[in-house]
Amino acid sequence: MAKFSITINGQNHEVDALEDMPLLWVLRDIVGLKGTKFGCGKALCGACTVHLDNEAIRSCSFPIASVGSSKITTIEGLSEHGDHPLQKAWEEHIVPQCGYCQTGQIMNAAALLKSNPKPSEEAIEQAMEGNLCRCGTYNRIKAAILSAASA
Amino acid sequence: MKNLSNHQDGADQVTSEVFRASRRDFLKMGGLISGSFMLGVSFWGCDKKGNKTVSFAPNVYLSIDNLGEVTLVAHRSEMGQGIRTSLPLIVADELGADWSKVKIVQAEGNEAKYGNQNTDGSFSVRMFYKPMREAGATAKLLLMQVAAKKWDVTVDKCDTANNHVILTGTDKKLEFGELVEEASALPVPTVSAVMLKERSGFNMIGKPTPIVDLKDITTGKAVFGADVVLDGMKIAVIKRSPVVGGAVKSVNDKKALAVPGVHKVITIKGAGIPATLSKPLAGVAVIADNTWAAIKARDLLEVEWELGPNADYDSEKQIQQLTKEVAKNGRVRRKRGNFAAAKAGAKKVIEHTYIAPHLAHATLEPPAALAQVKDGKCEVWACTQNPQGAIKAVADALGFAEDKVKMNVTLIGGGFGRKSKPDFVVEAAVLAKESGMPVKVQWTREDDIHHDYFHSLSVQRVVATIDKDNKLSGWNHHIAYPSISATEDPSVLQPADGELGLGATDFPYDVPAIQIETHDARAQIRVGWLRSVRNIPQVFAIGTMLDEIAEARGMDPVANALELLGADRNITFSQETGKEAYPNYGEDIAVYPWETARMKAVINRVAKEAGWGKKLPARSGFGFAAHKSFLTYVACIIQVSIDENNNVTIPEVHYAVDCGVAVNTDRVKSQFEGGAQFSTSLALKSAITVKNGQVEQNNFDGYQIIRMSESPQNIHVHIIDSDAKPTGVGEPPVPPFTPALCNAIYAAIGKRIYTLPIDLTK
Repeated sequence: MAKFSITINGQNHEVDALEDMPLLWVLRDIVGLKGTKFGCGKALCGACTVHLDNEAIRSCSFPIASVGSSKITTIEGLSEHGDHPLQKAWEEHIVPQCGYCQTGQIMNAAALLKSNPKPSEEAIEQAMEGNLCRCGTYNRIKAAILSAASA
Repeated sequence: MKNLSNHQDGADQVTSEVFRASRRDFLKMGGLISGSFMLGVSFWGCDKKGNKTVSFAPNVYLSIDNLGEVTLVAHRSEMGQGIRTSLPLIVADELGADWSKVKIVQAEGNEAKYGNQNTDGSFSVRMFYKPMREAGATAKLLLMQVAAKKWDVTVDKCDTANNHVILTGTDKKLEFGELVEEASALPVPTVSAVMLKERSGFNMIGKPTPIVDLKDITTGKAVFGADVVLDGMKIAVIKRSPVVGGAVKSVNDKKALAVPGVHKVITIKGAGIPATLSKPLAGVAVIADNTWAAIKARDLLEVEWELGPNADYDSEKQIQQLTKEVAKNGRVRRKRGNFAAAKAGAKKVIEHTYIAPHLAHATLEPPAALAQVKDGKCEVWACTQNPQGAIKAVADALGFAEDKVKMNVTLIGGGFGRKSKPDFVVEAAVLAKESGMPVKVQWTREDDIHHDYFHSLSVQRVVATIDKDNKLSGWNHHIAYPSISATEDPSVLQPADGELGLGATDFPYDVPAIQIETHDARAQIRVGWLRSVRNIPQVFAIGTMLDEIAEARGMDPVANALELLGADRNITFSQETGKEAYPNYGEDIAVYPWETARMKAVINRVAKEAGWGKKLPARSGFGFAAHKSFLTYVACIIQVSIDENNNVTIPEVHYAVDCGVAVNTDRVKSQFEGGAQFSTSLALKSAITVKNGQVEQNNFDGYQIIRMSESPQNIHVHIIDSDAKPTGVGEPPVPPFTPALCNAIYAAIGKRIYTLPIDLTK
């Protein structure tokens, strides 16, 4: 076990954890932020996507010891009132079905728009390739990202 | 006034009664203010003589407080189909509520209060449309009675809108909140006195309504199975028998217990054989402070297994064996005319064998449940489709009476039938009792893929005969798959009537000779049901064979289907199946008939919308299939495009659907969009194989589902405008998709598909 000091959604957290504990379980089990989801544990589905500084990472496969001084943003910290342009677009297109993968989808899309504010459909497909949805909301996700990008 | 007790346009066997709900009925749901107006509407089944039966007794609960806030209880499980929105909006529409003031609370599992809560079979809207309307209309009538008295008018001069009773023809209105106290004191009217809205009066039914959980989902506040936390809660991860029916022989837990944060290692005996649809597998659980410690320690467990008789199971070998089996004569399950004679006199005989693999549900949320056992009671939080089934299973496992088990239902992160089985819920309850701590069981993705209740593999052979007049003269369908029933009773080797009634014995085409035969297939895995169940392989065979029949007859596939459906008529199937009644998804076929005219209407609509028949570029093609399942009529046309490397893309999907009244048109569309994407996975990507009794795939690298770039690009859903009784839409999009896709591939590149998933390199 080791002590880590990490910044999540602008707040500092002191946590005691095994060095190899993936950030996902730090967020969910220790810090208590449940919006980040467990889907596969192998960076294959994207349900656990959060931001490390401005980049989307799969928190299920990212050990706490690698976080260092980088800032972590989870769905709970994406916007103050749930009104990030992507969150608004998600509502406008009524994207979710079961909803389980959606926080990971939104976080991944938010990182995409930071690096590429006007992505093409192909760029969206490429960026979102690592985020699985079993219910079948891919087309609405794409439409929502396009609307947020043009807003 | 319309007499509703006869239910002439509704589910005929259901009768209802409104009663005054007690505060206790609502207390646990929170947020109630004194003076609230509370109603329950109870419904019971009747036999043909009108006597009450006890099997069906859902109660619809609604309350309105003195601030006008309407609280509705959602008693069905939400798993993405939108039921927490669709049923309440029916009540709200009849009531004339302001939707923004409606609060939805989720019911716990309670059969006495809510009746059957098992959320599967695309059943919820079909069964509860009318009760929900009557509940809303009853509350509306009571509120109008109060207002009418205040205005000294008769009730028929009143109406409701936007949380107000209005005096028609004037601008007088009274807010619901002002009326509830007096409404609470009025005698509850009989349901026969209640007037339901005409369709033209609907404000929400038949229109798109955003889901009530939308904001919670986009902000990460939505609570799923793994998200509930209790003080002192521990996490359990379980190493389960790699073979179904296996038992723990010995455990060395020394290394596991040395992982920091690990508290206990507990062996779960498990069901053995039969595996059952409710009990856990044998396993060894690690209980730890956090999920990571439990996962790490689970990997360090050294377990010796007694694998049992299923350790020889090989799914590829079973496919080979069943391929030989279906070539023989089987047990006849439906017979019309004389197929042997049709075959003997045929000008042409077409015969093919259709193979489909085992499939896993792979819900994005792996199973998870939290349980606490205290003072002889057990409280559970779980992502369950079937809270009452889970209560029974937990009570049975703990030796508790059912009323000592409380089942809280969370949102479900994808169900598709997997979460109808409470094995994971029982695991949490057993571990909580054994450890004396609140325990949350978390399944990993590998657990989910290895230990599913699988949609089992299938081998089917169809023989079609065409006579000298170019008519389809005979249809002979041979079917073999391990039955769902075998999970409870491994001696079952043949498909159940209920499984065959999902597309096979209800083959609707008017062919003079029909013979449906089944063959033995042994189940050596846990067999369950997946979104549309046996319709998937049965309609894969039927829908692709019909395309070959059209070609052999020199006919357009759409024209072929329309001709084969025959005259407009209602089909019953009963005489030919040798049973009193074809199962018809649990409904009386006199009430929900199989209407060929409605099927023809969806076929004609989809052909028109898709531009069927128009010329497409090289290596592109249209494919068509139509199928009725879960009482909903669906026709599907898919356009594919196949590149030189045989990569399949799907530019267009068109569905036409007749589900009767479409309650929430947006969720009807989203179920079909999702159904198309779900089906693309199973047609092109997904397969579970088993060797030495053990599943060979581990995670989403081995068991594949489509990613965004592989989704059909444009999915168009055309809803038939209908006054008919509503039917479900969760499952019906799936069955016709795969055959339509296979037929499109044939149109594009001339290759017929007989094996799933589709592999164009073979």
